[in-house]
Parts: sequence; structure tokens; C-alpha cells
Amino acid sequence: MAYQVKLETFEGPLDLLLFLTKKNDLNIYDISVSEITTKYLEYLRMMKLLNLEITGDFLVMAATLIQIKSKMLLPSSDEDEDELDDPRKKLIERLIEYKKFKEVSKVLERKEVSQQDIFYRESPVSLEGEYVLEVSLFDLLDSVKKVFSAVAQEEVKNIIDEEIRVEDKMQDILYRVEENDYVSFSEIFSKSAGRQEIVVILLALLELIKMKKVFARQASLFGNIRIYKANNYLKETEEEGVREIIEKEEQLVQSVVENKIDYGLSISGAESE
Amino acid sequence: MNEMNVKKVIECLLFFSEKPLLPDKISEILAKGQEGMEIDSREVEQLLIEMGEEYRNRDSGLQIVRIGGGFQMCSLSECAPWIRVMFKSRITLKLSPSAMETLSIIVYKQPITKAEIEGIRGVDAGGVLHTLLSKKLIRICGRKDVLGRPLLYKTTQKFLQYFGLRDLLEMPSLEEINVE
Repeated sequence: MAYQVKLETFEGPLDLLLFLTKKNDLNIYDISVSEITTKYLEYLRMMKLLNLEITGDFLVMAATLIQIKSKMLLPSSDEDEDELDDPRKKLIERLIEYKKFKEVSKVLERKEVSQQDIFYRESPVSLEGEYVLEVSLFDLLDSVKKVFSAVAQEEVKNIIDEEIRVEDKMQDILYRVEENDYVSFSEIFSKSAGRQEIVVILLALLELIKMKKVFARQASLFGNIRIYKANNYLKETEEEGVREIIEKEEQLVQSVVENKIDYGLSISGAESE
Repeated sequence: MNEMNVKKVIECLLFFSEKPLLPDKISEILAKGQEGMEIDSREVEQLLIEMGEEYRNRDSGLQIVRIGGGFQMCSLSECAPWIRVMFKSRITLKLSPSAMETLSIIVYKQPITKAEIEGIRGVDAGGVLHTLLSKKLIRICGRKDVLGRPLLYKTTQKFLQYFGLRDLLEMPSLEEINVE
């Protein structure tokens, strides 16, 4: 006969504490710290025995519990402050807050289950023939130049070095393309402050195009470039052509990176003046 | 153009739209599509509500639901088994408990930083946030003006659709939630 062992899995130390208070019928508003600490440490020991990974978060909670316990053992210097300075207060507040969100997540889960029986239209109907020209990387770079020249006039000296990540910008672009049917090239840069950000946005855009998550189209020569979300409507024959273009674009990116000065990308040079 | 024809057009728009359509947007489309079709958004909303009623009354397999201020056409839940067969997707993917917890916190505390979420949950939230971002249930909406300028996260329209919520107010208030 086979035994079935079911282990509770915990999202974190707070989750474990909640479980322990419930299991031992403790009042969450008036936890006996010594009792819960004992149970908590027992549980950690068991986790160790079972060779489960105990992350640092669990140890921090253990330390916190022991600290509270020792504080409560020490005689308080001022009798009046006893109520206010309950060392458990902070922990209890955290537990209650966490428990609330845990309840909320159950509400969401019920909604998720009932919503999974409802289907929405997913495959977009693509409107072909609306925009004629495929945009090459050259057109994109040309537009970037325009953006740079617009920014150059109000050059601000940045002291704080903000770290802007390509990944974040990619997410941002994807979200915007998702929300509206398309975003125009200039719109993507409209909120950006400095050169650095513009470069990062461009890199993000190129990466997305390379990953075929978006594609760029232009209605006319020198017209505004629009960025669309890519759906699987690229046919296989088209894909080969695209691959060629991508290869060319990659070479170009390489050369742009090497000759940063051409597009005014050399940040240190410009700002040390 | 009479009311019947306007409803036909709206029905088509709903049928082909992948995301909830705002009455404003519909009114704009109507006006652009044909001259003399200027119908203000409040009237459009009224028509949409009427159409929802009509769908219910004639026992249609489709329904019109409200999501985040907009309207969208979708299937009835009782038709789900057959749609699953058609799409060959019998397995339904569910979000993990940690994703659910993180989303719950973001819903009520948005905009919120990663550190603040971790403060409430007591565990690292990096991986979960990444998953939620890639599922487009949350998005980055800026940076908080504190030390380190951490990113702020909030829920998206897709979040409302995923959980079938008309808006965020449909969630119970935190005070209502019983912790006993």
C-alpha cells in the first residue's frame, strides 16, 4: 500500500506563521510569542530534515521572533509605555495585512476559474494593403537623427546617472503597441528626456523588431513610421526576405555602435564641455 | 440611419474587436465611417446595454460584457467545453499562488514598487513581477521619487479582462475582508 504525503508549501515566512497560528488555534491579535516561536523553529527543523530549501527570508523571520521573545522577557523600564511598545505590534500588523491580501488572492482565484470558461476573440483581422512601404533600418536611423536634433537644443546637464534598461523599454513599447493598434515612431520618443534614454529606446525597438514582436511600417517616403504589434501574419516566404533585412540591420547596428560620434551618441564628450 | 442599422454596425465592431471597446471609441468610429452617423457616446452606451439585454433574451451563445469602461463580446461559460475541444486546449493554465498574492497587493496598493511588495509578502518578488509583466497583467508606470528611483507597477486592462472585472471598484474593499 502506498502512502500519500501531502506537504503544505508556503509562499514565505509570513505564510508559514499564518499557517501555524491557524493550526494551533492562536488568536492572531494576541499571539503567544514563545509558543509561535517554538512551533516556527520546529517547522524549520523539519524542513531541514526533509532537505527542503530554507531561504534567508525564513531565517530573518526566525531571528525577528526570537528578538521579540527576548524583548518581552526583559522587564520594561516604563510601565505606562507597556501598551504602546508591544514588541509584537509590528509583526501582528504585518501578519494581518498579509492575511488580507491572501484572502484577496482567493477572491481573484475564484474569478480566474469562472473567467476561464469565457472566451474572447483573439486572432486579429489584419488589414493589409493599408501601408505600402516596409521600413528599413536606415529610415529608422534617419528618424532617430531627427529626434536627436530636437533634443540637442535644450541640452541639460545630467548629474544623476539614471539607469535605463533596454528590457524595461521593450516592455513599455510592447505595452503601448498592445494598448493602441500602433504607435508612431515619434510618439515612442515623445516622453524621453535625455540622449541616453533615446538610445536605449531605439535599441529596445530594434531588438523587438529582430525578435519579430513588432514591425515598422511607413505610409510614404519620409513619412511618420508606425510601429505595429506583429502577429503571425508574416508568411514563410516573407520571412526569408525579412531575415535578409535583419542581417543587414544587424551589420548596421554594429557599425553605429562602433562610430557612436556620428549620431552624437558620445555622451561623455558632449557633457564634459 | 435608423437605430436598427446602428446596432448592426456596433455588433460587427464588437464581434471583430479583440479588446473592450469604449463607447467613446465606438461613437468616433461611427462618425468616421459614414456621414450623418454622429451618435454621442452616452447614446452608444445605452444601445450597448440594450444589445446586451437582447442577447440574453434570445438565449444567444454570446454575451456582451463590460470591462474597464468598455464593452466586449465573449462566449457564455456554459459553452466552454466545446470551445476547448475546438481549440484543443483542454488544459487551463492558472496563475501560481505567489502570482495571485502579488497581484492582490498591486491591485490595492498601485502604483507600488517591488520593495513595497516584498515588504508585505516577506519574500523576493522579482521573478513573479517578471512573469506578471510578460503576461501583461501588470505594467511599469513610472518611477517613485525616492532613493534609487525604483520602478512603479500597476495593473492593466488585460488584468480586468483576465478576471472578468468591470473595473477595480468591483473588488471588495480591504476593510470588508474578514481576517478572522
